[in-house]
Amino acid sequence: MITREGWIRFGVVAALVAAFEAACRFGFIPRTVVIAPTEMVVSLWRLIESGEYNDDILSTLRNVLASSLLAVGLGFMTGVLIHALPRLRAAIEPLLASYYAIPTFMFYPVFIVVFGVGDRAIIAIAVLLSIVAMITSTLTGLDRIPRVLRKTARIYRMNLPARALLIDLPAAAPYLFTGIKLSFAYAFIGVIASEFILSGAGIGYSIAYTYNNFNNRNMYGLMLLVILVATIANTALDMIDRRLQTRLRR
Amino acid sequence: MAFAPAGNASSPPPGEGVVHARLTGVSRFFDLPSGAKLHALGPIDLDIKRGEFFGVVGPSGCGKSTLLDVLAGLISPTDGEVWFEDKRVTDVPDGVGVVFQEDAAFPWLTVRDNVAFGLRRAGFDAAETKRRVDYAVGFMGLNDFAGTYPAQLSGGMRQRVCIARTLVLQPRLILLDEPFGALDQQTRLLMGDELLRLWRETNATVLLITHALDEAAMLSDRVGVMSARPGTFIDFVETKWPRERDSRIVSDPRFGGITARLWEKLRVESLKIMGTQAGHK
Repeated sequence: MITREGWIRFGVVAALVAAFEAACRFGFIPRTVVIAPTEMVVSLWRLIESGEYNDDILSTLRNVLASSLLAVGLGFMTGVLIHALPRLRAAIEPLLASYYAIPTFMFYPVFIVVFGVGDRAIIAIAVLLSIVAMITSTLTGLDRIPRVLRKTARIYRMNLPARALLIDLPAAAPYLFTGIKLSFAYAFIGVIASEFILSGAGIGYSIAYTYNNFNNRNMYGLMLLVILVATIANTALDMIDRRLQTRLRR
Repeated sequence: MAFAPAGNASSPPPGEGVVHARLTGVSRFFDLPSGAKLHALGPIDLDIKRGEFFGVVGPSGCGKSTLLDVLAGLISPTDGEVWFEDKRVTDVPDGVGVVFQEDAAFPWLTVRDNVAFGLRRAGFDAAETKRRVDYAVGFMGLNDFAGTYPAQLSGGMRQRVCIARTLVLQPRLILLDEPFGALDQQTRLLMGDELLRLWRETNATVLLITHALDEAAMLSDRVGVMSARPGTFIDFVETKWPRERDSRIVSDPRFGGITARLWEKLRVESLKIMGTQAGHK
């Protein structure tokens, strides 16, 4: 069910798009700068229909998926490890907290040297960008497991693996899922941005390529595609996230 | 149908009068971050008889919850020994159920799955699990909420879920740490009645920690009064209530006498605590 706020939000976005459309159609914005939103939709439809960019789209999605999975898996394991070592944690927690103040992206030359131009360098940057979100979410999740649930596990005479699987993991799940959501978002940004500079394929690369060749129509079609994919993925993850959060409320 | 397969609700359980749980010379110290040691509890010598409803009252911070943790095998005593059913307690023993003061319902499971949790872990078959869960959910008045998640329930309801979850396993010793602390007075009295009904049906031994003197006086066969920290027992009050009883005994002429005696002892201890707190200011 859509809430009243949901309708208002939809109305605001629709009005902005309509105003933008009008500005383009009546020539307030020159076509050489931006094409009208409806033209973007037509362009996106054509380039999907033609299959011209299929390989690039698949390459990007594959890299986003690989980066997210790596970031979530490695981030979770690192989080569990750091949580188990309180002294190490106290030492490196300030570093984790200020991690996103550093523009990780500037290290791209290092990755090109190490991995060469291609998927591996892209995935490395995307993982680097997204892993810390998963580490901090894992730490938060493990911190927030109520002590009484651990005591309850002992009353049920559960051993460590059973407790980890049946108590700790579900108790921390809502926080872990927030980490998954953030990791995906960062991985998506990391992959698209990396493709601009260190790739010969992918949606990011194609946007740069069409830009350099004055192919406005395709460029905006591809941009619309990125927005749609990000929005749909985020909405889906958000729905699961919200469901988990309401259960957590105590 | 009942929690326990055998037993007549109104007659005392078999083996009554035999020591069920025993603490001898139990003390517990905690290490403080400053390096000093905090003497939280003891020395305590205590025998709880099989089928007894034993209440514990004491000023706040006197080590009541520590006593429960030691008895449940959750923490080991610094000195002394804990025995349950003729076995030395070194870890959580089989047959002990605990209802904690804090909300311990699993938020990711429905009420039904919460209640069934221990049964499934213990390997009960689906039919027996269903039978016991149905009974406990009904007994605790949770029928209308069986499919809901704890987040949708009030604090009192969640505590009922925890009680039901403990009871389905038919523990022989039930430890309750201020289980009704979050409830209003009327609900407390009614929950007390349900607890008594349950105690009669299961023939379990019960240790109830509470800060409400009337609750201790109404529910218990015997009430132990604890001193200010380090907590020791300074008095035991036998209530001599019939086994078949409920909250209506609060109007019994003897009820006032029992609570008065409890308060007389407790007042001195509570004043000590207030005195030390005032001294810190």
